[in-house]
Amino acid sequence: MDHSRSWRARGLAAAGVSAALVLAACGGGGGAGGQQGSSNQSTQAAFNAASTGVVSPSDKKGGTLKFANAGDWDTLDPGETYYAYSWNFARLYGRSLMMFKSAPGKEGNQLVPDLAEAPGQASDNAKTWTYKLRKGVKFDDGTEVTSADVKYAVLRSTDKQTFPNGPAYWDGMLNLPSGYKGPYKTPNMNTDSAIETPDKSTIVFHMKQPFAAFDYLAQQPNTMPVPKDKDTGAKYRNSIVSTGPYKFADLQPGKSFNLVRNDQWDPATDPNRKALPDRMEVALNVNADDIDNRLISGDLDVDVVATGVQPAAQSRVLTDPTLKENADNPLSARLWYTSINPTVAPLNNIDCRKAIEYAMDRTAYQTAYGGQFAGGDLATTILPPSIPGYSKFDLFPDGPDHKGDLDAAKKSLEACGQPNGFETNIAYRAERPKEKATAEAFQQALGRVGIKLTLKPYPQGDYFAQYAGLPPYVVKNKLGLALNGWAADWPDGFGFLSQIVDSRVIRATGGSSNTSVRIPEVDKMLDSALTELNTDKRNQMWGEVDKRVMEDAVIYPGVYSKSLLVRSKNATNIMVTDAYGEYDYLGLGAQK
Amino acid sequence: MTLPPEVGAEAEAAVPEAVLVGAGATEGRSLGQIAWMRLKRDKVALGGGIFLIFLILLAIFAPLIVKYLGSPPNEFHQELIDTAGGTLEPIGRFGGMSWDHLMGVEPVNGRDIFSRVVYGSRISLLIAFLATLLSVAIGTTLGIISGFIGGWTDTLTSRLMDVFLAFPLLVLAIALAGVFPDQAFGLQGNQLRIALLIFIIGFFNWPYIGRIIRGQTLSLREREFVESARSIGARRGYILRTEMLPNLIAPILVYSTLLIPTNILFEAALSFLGVGIRPPTASWGGMLSDAVVFYTQPHFMFWPGMAIFVTVLAFNLFGDGLRDALDPRANR
Repeated sequence: MDHSRSWRARGLAAAGVSAALVLAACGGGGGAGGQQGSSNQSTQAAFNAASTGVVSPSDKKGGTLKFANAGDWDTLDPGETYYAYSWNFARLYGRSLMMFKSAPGKEGNQLVPDLAEAPGQASDNAKTWTYKLRKGVKFDDGTEVTSADVKYAVLRSTDKQTFPNGPAYWDGMLNLPSGYKGPYKTPNMNTDSAIETPDKSTIVFHMKQPFAAFDYLAQQPNTMPVPKDKDTGAKYRNSIVSTGPYKFADLQPGKSFNLVRNDQWDPATDPNRKALPDRMEVALNVNADDIDNRLISGDLDVDVVATGVQPAAQSRVLTDPTLKENADNPLSARLWYTSINPTVAPLNNIDCRKAIEYAMDRTAYQTAYGGQFAGGDLATTILPPSIPGYSKFDLFPDGPDHKGDLDAAKKSLEACGQPNGFETNIAYRAERPKEKATAEAFQQALGRVGIKLTLKPYPQGDYFAQYAGLPPYVVKNKLGLALNGWAADWPDGFGFLSQIVDSRVIRATGGSSNTSVRIPEVDKMLDSALTELNTDKRNQMWGEVDKRVMEDAVIYPGVYSKSLLVRSKNATNIMVTDAYGEYDYLGLGAQK
Repeated sequence: MTLPPEVGAEAEAAVPEAVLVGAGATEGRSLGQIAWMRLKRDKVALGGGIFLIFLILLAIFAPLIVKYLGSPPNEFHQELIDTAGGTLEPIGRFGGMSWDHLMGVEPVNGRDIFSRVVYGSRISLLIAFLATLLSVAIGTTLGIISGFIGGWTDTLTSRLMDVFLAFPLLVLAIALAGVFPDQAFGLQGNQLRIALLIFIIGFFNWPYIGRIIRGQTLSLREREFVESARSIGARRGYILRTEMLPNLIAPILVYSTLLIPTNILFEAALSFLGVGIRPPTASWGGMLSDAVVFYTQPHFMFWPGMAIFVTVLAFNLFGDGLRDALDPRANR
């Protein structure tokens, strides 16, 4: 499963001061106020209010919402898109088997059936999963959605030559016949060993290995049905057939597109969507600072990428009480961390690794990433708090002010036999100013106990393939520390941990995001969690994995990422969902 | 890259005047004395020169200066940054300017801008001087050979210069600096980066000076004093050393002075683009690059920008003055 690339890409979007983004969304004005669903709590406009409740709740239909994206959309094709914001947005035009509930805060982490009538039924030790489809769901051309359309959608997304950038869970995990290359290249191959459709409304998935958290896979846009006769392969991204409440209009690739109401969408088949605005306009490739300014002025409603405002707008928003009141500061399921590589002497000694854990100034890590609002919260665990299974612990307390415990660090250095410190290198991605600032902070902080660091910038395109993720290179160039970041594809321990703590993902040929965790016990713990069908028990097991990895001091957790978002003045029903750490695009309404 | 200045050509008119002014006491004055006298009268050039001496002293004594007037260039001062409010901007007016931090501090980590600008001058000057030296050495050698020997040697060298001049230098520099390994030729880290920058900047700039020297050599070769030396049987080496080189010193000197600011700018551009000196070592271009995202904190960009501006201006003013003073056709 090499989905790591896109995960990283998302991290990149977040980190890149140069590339990136602002966010925004809804606004505090007053719409007519009713609210639907007892769970929604109405909240007054206040800083970060939308992270826990609904700001200006409304059921009023109509109006237009304006979105902007500082870059181009990776792709709108549900079979290939791989950004959190895009998955959040895709729920407007497509219906997957399961989906994240449109709700504020933690409630947004709940999976609810969407195209399916109910969550998946497991059999064969969690290797087989069965879903029943809702009746009466139609494509925007009026044809009825059948289980064959879902099967086709999943199968086409496994063609990694046509869709190179999409998530790679399905092609790795489904029990596909050997030699299967997707419905374009091998159209006549029998794929019933992987997906069966016994009737028009039943779909059965067969996996190679047990996968207890299958409903999370079923919420991916890959399961949004695609009609075979309308599929144009890689070009389908520009002519998507909608199943949700909105369909595409006036799509100009790289420039803009609009969503308008889909009259074939029947609210009776859909308990999850309010579909309030009549229209949504999305502009692409808009200057990031321009997006900030227009959000603040009210000319724009949402920065769709939602990674937070640029530094210029950041100081404006934080110093102006009115602006701050209309901003949100959600935590996302992303950790910025540093790998401590036990393959590089003297870090093969656990006490030398502990010295780094103690000596680093965690507040400097936080400032390097933008401070407590734009950067995030001080992290002491690998799992971020928004992921079920997180438990708070701190194995290496770094003093009351979190600027490092130098006495403990010196003791560790003595225990390690390097009382005067040692020399090593720190790798980071040259294009990322925040990683550079973090590396400089490490150099300063570790210098206090005599650990001398040399900064090693590498191009981010090959960072994992050729440098920090290539084990022989790491050893040869003594990359004791390597900056890293990780975001989950979905808020679940497997999605977060598997690619960064499982030693089996490390390849001698490079490319792995896990550069430092090689603990056989952890691999076993991961495997047993994957067969545990009880969600609560499973979540607890992820927490134990987290603790076990931290005991080895091979990861220095820096910050749980947060983003500073400007709330739209025009939008209503504004809430941040923990599932994406962004405004819930499905719930938004518009005053006008 | 700017085109090299035409040394000497337009200064011809000034010759009689200069000679006239010095007429009364010209007897026994050396060339150097005449040039120095002219330079002294050019207050602008003199000002530039004095500033350059100041700058060189600043670079040499950077550790001492910073010890008394700042703090170590890589030291963090997060207590001077607004971390509580989350803006990460320096506390206080003008980027946190104070007696301890004459130019304020950087946003985010609070490093002292004054000491970073002072230390940055070391990198800028070191690279610019050595790169210029390299260009001049290669350019002079090949220029003289080309002009003095002539024939197909001249044709070959001239085409070689054309090839070099046609190189997209910046692109090449970025590519080279990007792919270069961490260790090579027994150097590593910043030593290697500095050596690499000197090589890139110096090696690809030689044709500019090479062409000028070639032109000067061509015209000198036909001058009477060279012909008379040749006619009494002087060897090539002797003519080169005794007759040609002394007459080439002026253009070399002038051109070097004018090449240095170009090289300073080039080094800053490379650092700005992230292929220069490795952080956290301070360099002016690197500081500018850091400052770009903080455009609401203009002081961060102002000081390194000013440093580059004033330095380049001073070198150019001094170089121009030197050219006027040392016009090679004003003698013999």
